[in-house]
Amino acid sequence: MAETKEQFEPKIIGFICNWCTGAAADLAGTTRAQYPPNLHPIRVMCSGTVDPVYLIKALLSGADAVMVGGCHPGDCHYVSGNYKARRKIAQLKQIFQSLGLDESRIWARWISASEGPEFAKFVNEITEETRKQGPGKLAGDWAL
Amino acid sequence: MTKSVNLNVNAGQTRQAVNAFLKDLFTKNIVEAMLVPLAHPAGSNVVPALITEPAYLDNADVFAPVMPVNAARTLQSVTRLTPLDRKTAVVIRPCEMRAFVELVKLKQIQTENLLIIGFDCPGAYSVKDYARFAAEKKTSDEFVKNYEKRAEDEKLRAGCRICEYPYPLTADITIGIFGGDPSQNLTLVAETANGAEALTKLGLSLETDSAAAQQRQAAITKYIPEIKERRARFFKQTREEIGGEEKLAAVFATCIKCQNCRQACPVCYCRECFFVSPTFELESDKYLRQAEKKGAVRMPADTLLFHLTRMNHMGASCVGCGACEEACPNDIPLLKIFQLIGSDVQALFEYVPGRSLEDPLPAAVFKEQELERIGEK
Repeated sequence: MAETKEQFEPKIIGFICNWCTGAAADLAGTTRAQYPPNLHPIRVMCSGTVDPVYLIKALLSGADAVMVGGCHPGDCHYVSGNYKARRKIAQLKQIFQSLGLDESRIWARWISASEGPEFAKFVNEITEETRKQGPGKLAGDWAL
Repeated sequence: MTKSVNLNVNAGQTRQAVNAFLKDLFTKNIVEAMLVPLAHPAGSNVVPALITEPAYLDNADVFAPVMPVNAARTLQSVTRLTPLDRKTAVVIRPCEMRAFVELVKLKQIQTENLLIIGFDCPGAYSVKDYARFAAEKKTSDEFVKNYEKRAEDEKLRAGCRICEYPYPLTADITIGIFGGDPSQNLTLVAETANGAEALTKLGLSLETDSAAAQQRQAAITKYIPEIKERRARFFKQTREEIGGEEKLAAVFATCIKCQNCRQACPVCYCRECFFVSPTFELESDKYLRQAEKKGAVRMPADTLLFHLTRMNHMGASCVGCGACEEACPNDIPLLKIFQLIGSDVQALFEYVPGRSLEDPLPAAVFKEQELERIGEK
């Protein structure tokens, strides 16, 4: 049954790019930075490949938050993938907002390959924030 | 500077005057084919028809208040494989024209040899309501005469009542009614060089900034703040009706995922929809695993995912024609929802679907300096 708020462990799905945020995650691991295990990373070649449908599907399938991780604007390995990702995420957040859904559950963060500590800090941040917010409303409703 | 010419209407017979004008385009060899709304012999419907024989134009009924399909879809079917090799006029509503522009950008329509004829649109009823209208022997001539009362017409489709652009944005020739009395006069506006050439070939002498053209422009200018206000009220009400998880779930409770809305949508153009792809053909254990996540899973699965994804894919290009809502067997207010999210998404990217072939689709471009709130701390 539903967990109480005290024992609530957020489930977060992250779509992180191979070249920057993914490498930062590796760096965080090899340097033994400490961060919670709540973010489940899915490596994609570029944040630009993340169709909003993946994010919606994750939120409807039980994720309490979703995130897209990419290179800093201007640093995309494929030149402009993250700029395209930025438009897609902005649009998805807008649609959620227009429908009165919780757009704050959709995150994006640009973290470069050298920013291992940044990645660890980010996972702490998203986990704590989502813990504070409680379970996602879309995540719990079977009829959606 | 507007170039236009007056078209006389005899004894309130607007339909006849329009048809005579369209026929003239054939007889003076300006066009060899035409896509035009034609009264179905059954009398209950007016459907887009591609005609090569001008005699059929006696049955054309441009202002008939019904739009069974968005004719941009029809043009997609006709020109997707090969462009038209004969000069063809298409007579389409303003929303059909906006969808047409979106489909051209999506490389679904080839525009060679097209002469685009638009008209100031008095709105349309649902197919069922039009059949009743026709059964009561009401005519498009009466209907178009009373175009100014359309905001009060409860029967008019929801999309028509909040239409932001009831006048053509990208026509070659516009059959204008706004600001005038269509039971007496129509204003043929030459919007492009192509349009001017066609009208001149008909032997009509174009006037620059005629009184009728100026009145029409004034009527449109007056309409803009009115409709903005009406739309703002409509959106506020819609937000209250459907906003939030519970209300949204209730709105889609009756969805059977037939995907008629996708089929009817003029701008939902993919040849192979993701939602009919093998991605959604799952083994039984995957369904059971989905059920396990929440203890139960609604079937057909992924109903809300389907609608939210369509909003993402089509929101920026939604022209508000309301074909989705018309196609829904269970009366889900899809037009409301798509116009609500569509107008917000379009505002986000400062994009007006169907305004111009020059405006790139928002998903196809980006700016380096924009949306800085996304991805930064």
